[in-house]
Amino acid sequence: MSFLSVRDLRVHFPTIDGVVKATDGLSFDLERGKTLGIVGESGSGKSVSTSAILGLHRRTNAIVSGEILLDGVDLLKISDEDMRRRRGRDVAMIFQDPLSAMHPYYRVGNQIAEAYRVHHDVSKKAARARAIEMLDRVGIPQPDRRVDDYPHQFSGGMRQRAMIAMALINNPSLLIADEPTTALDVTVQAQILDLLQDLQRDFDAAVMIITHDLGVVAEMAHDVLVMYGGRCVEYGSTKEILTHPEMPYTWGLLSSIPEVGADPEAKLLPIPGNPPSLLNPPSGCHFHPRCTHRDKVPGDLCWTVSPELTPGTRGDGHLKRCHLANPDVVYEREVLPEIAPDLVEER
Amino acid sequence: MSDQQLPMVGGMPGDDPTSRGGERLGAASQFVETERPHSAAQAHFDAEPILEVRDLRMYFPVRSAGIIRRTVGNVQAVDGVSFQVPKGGSLGLVGESGCGKSTTGRLITRLYEPTGGSIEFDGRDISKTSSRGLKPLRREIQMIFQDPYTSLNPRHTVGAIVGAPLLIHGILPKDKVLPRVQELLEIVGLNPEHYNRYPHEFSGGQRQRIGIARALTLQPKLLVADEPVSALDVSIQAQVINLLQEVQREFDIAFLFIAHDLAVVRHFCPEVAVMYLGKIVEIADRDSLYDRPNHPYTQALLSAVPDVRQAAVGGRRERIRLEGDVPSPINPPSGCRFRTRCSLAQEICARVEPPLLQIGKRHKVACHFAGELGHHPERPVTASLLGVDDTGTPDPGASPSIEVGNDPGYADTWFDLQRKTMAGA
Repeated sequence: MSFLSVRDLRVHFPTIDGVVKATDGLSFDLERGKTLGIVGESGSGKSVSTSAILGLHRRTNAIVSGEILLDGVDLLKISDEDMRRRRGRDVAMIFQDPLSAMHPYYRVGNQIAEAYRVHHDVSKKAARARAIEMLDRVGIPQPDRRVDDYPHQFSGGMRQRAMIAMALINNPSLLIADEPTTALDVTVQAQILDLLQDLQRDFDAAVMIITHDLGVVAEMAHDVLVMYGGRCVEYGSTKEILTHPEMPYTWGLLSSIPEVGADPEAKLLPIPGNPPSLLNPPSGCHFHPRCTHRDKVPGDLCWTVSPELTPGTRGDGHLKRCHLANPDVVYEREVLPEIAPDLVEER
Repeated sequence: MSDQQLPMVGGMPGDDPTSRGGERLGAASQFVETERPHSAAQAHFDAEPILEVRDLRMYFPVRSAGIIRRTVGNVQAVDGVSFQVPKGGSLGLVGESGCGKSTTGRLITRLYEPTGGSIEFDGRDISKTSSRGLKPLRREIQMIFQDPYTSLNPRHTVGAIVGAPLLIHGILPKDKVLPRVQELLEIVGLNPEHYNRYPHEFSGGQRQRIGIARALTLQPKLLVADEPVSALDVSIQAQVINLLQEVQREFDIAFLFIAHDLAVVRHFCPEVAVMYLGKIVEIADRDSLYDRPNHPYTQALLSAVPDVRQAAVGGRRERIRLEGDVPSPINPPSGCRFRTRCSLAQEICARVEPPLLQIGKRHKVACHFAGELGHHPERPVTASLLGVDDTGTPDPGASPSIEVGNDPGYADTWFDLQRKTMAGA
């Protein structure tokens, strides 16, 4: 039994126009000390799914179903009171934009200490000392003085460090980082990613990192889950997914980013079209309107039948959602030469 | 209006809605009459500069609180920047937030009046032009903004947004505006029938296309693109980058491409300048800058970019760690501005500002210890050139051997770092 085990998670929002299936049957496992990267475009259901793990969806406007087993306890079955006790203690979250995630009127130290006092019966003084300790741990210089600053007095990187201090003050066993470095410069991003890795080792936490940057995933995550239109379309170890992807959407993501090491004159191959509407998703495979390989599938399978998540050709727990009969061959012969001709030569 | 202006109406595909089709750029190229001597992807190194910026400075005053509001200091957002953008070419400006790259873009479009220095556009200095005199300039220099959500007026239709420049400049009579707008929408890959819609009806990538269409309306010679793709999804980024490249090729527009994403800039620009705290620390052609960076800051920036191919190896790449944050531009460090975070810094770095020294055919770097990674010299290479000793104190015995200026272009001879002498091609 895995530490975190999500089974058939669905988050549906009923609206006047119909049901928005923001997450539609998501399953994955995560062990302590491991990192799962969740990749996808905006509106693919990444944040909605992780918010469900934190129990942040209001029952009045969202229908959440499935199982979220954290250490054997189904977070969807427990009471609101119980969830509130666990939120911040067992499961914590780092948000993308630390400026809007922090209260501008309260001192940074008080906000961090508050997170501690909610879950521990300690004096204000002890909580403040703990806040200073955490600020020091995340690398804020002069933590005993900066603890009394307001968020606007911190730089972007320092704010994100303070957010991490706040999230980790209760030693959570599951940490969800929602685009933790998207708003930061590359050098600061490198600092924050280093910090997250150090802290994960120290706290032996399970980490979920949501990002659209495949480079961050490559360097941080053990496993990757690629989401498209509210569903998992590819899942497996980072090495497998990024070196032998078997889903045309993942190919598209890889071919549309320029790389520092690649040929600068090579043309980028974007994924045509726009992400699907979750209110009225495309029939069959959600990706078929943008897929450049759909003609290789016999008949109109891609238009009519939604593919199941099936094991990849190389095994090893690699799952993909695609009708292509031999995606590995298509990838090796057609996609890889376009994405990375130099790698083809090496092989 | 110059002879390079493209013909505007008459026989264009946009006039006739039935001629729309997949070959929109093929169609667009029909009304480009000017010869295109080189493709945009190649370096335009020998082309004449369309823009020449010399010693550009922008100081924003910091005022004290209270009634009198004395000026107590200056934010030195841009401090002595020089560069050239060739006709139809593109220069990339990279750097971290607060390094002055966006301010530079806004100075060139003259949204700000510079504190000092000159901006020579097409042979004229526009740094002091009055706001009345700027109106014709606006036809030639246009801007694409980062955020496609806030840079389009939500109460105007797309047709009004894209057509406004034509009316403001009185280029076309009112009844001719719509066909031209539709043609522009087609060029940027939007449905021309959607001119009646409002910005909120479009996705982020489509809005950015509207912003591009608006910038193209007046057929500018220079486009300042300030983070044009950073607000977009990965799959959409590539679409917009390709569109910008096609547009550049078709209309021979020069680009000043401002971005923090080093890979995107490398893909788009044959020449790149790296800024740090208001100054250019390294400027070079693409290959020199990305393969043989000589400034420790450029080296750190490049090593910080996460790499997808790392997945095949596992774990994280070795990287140069930069500690701390960028210092305040109100009170920047003396001498070299990067020295507070630099592992190479010595006494001379605090005393003397390193000049932007040309070290290759198209490669300049501002560092006393310039060298490729792992091959930085022990002693400052600049000391003898500046007439100081190795600690940076003036050396009466030494005479400055060459003129170290702040010229926008490149000289025919340069300082060879290996042989420590001047060299030429």
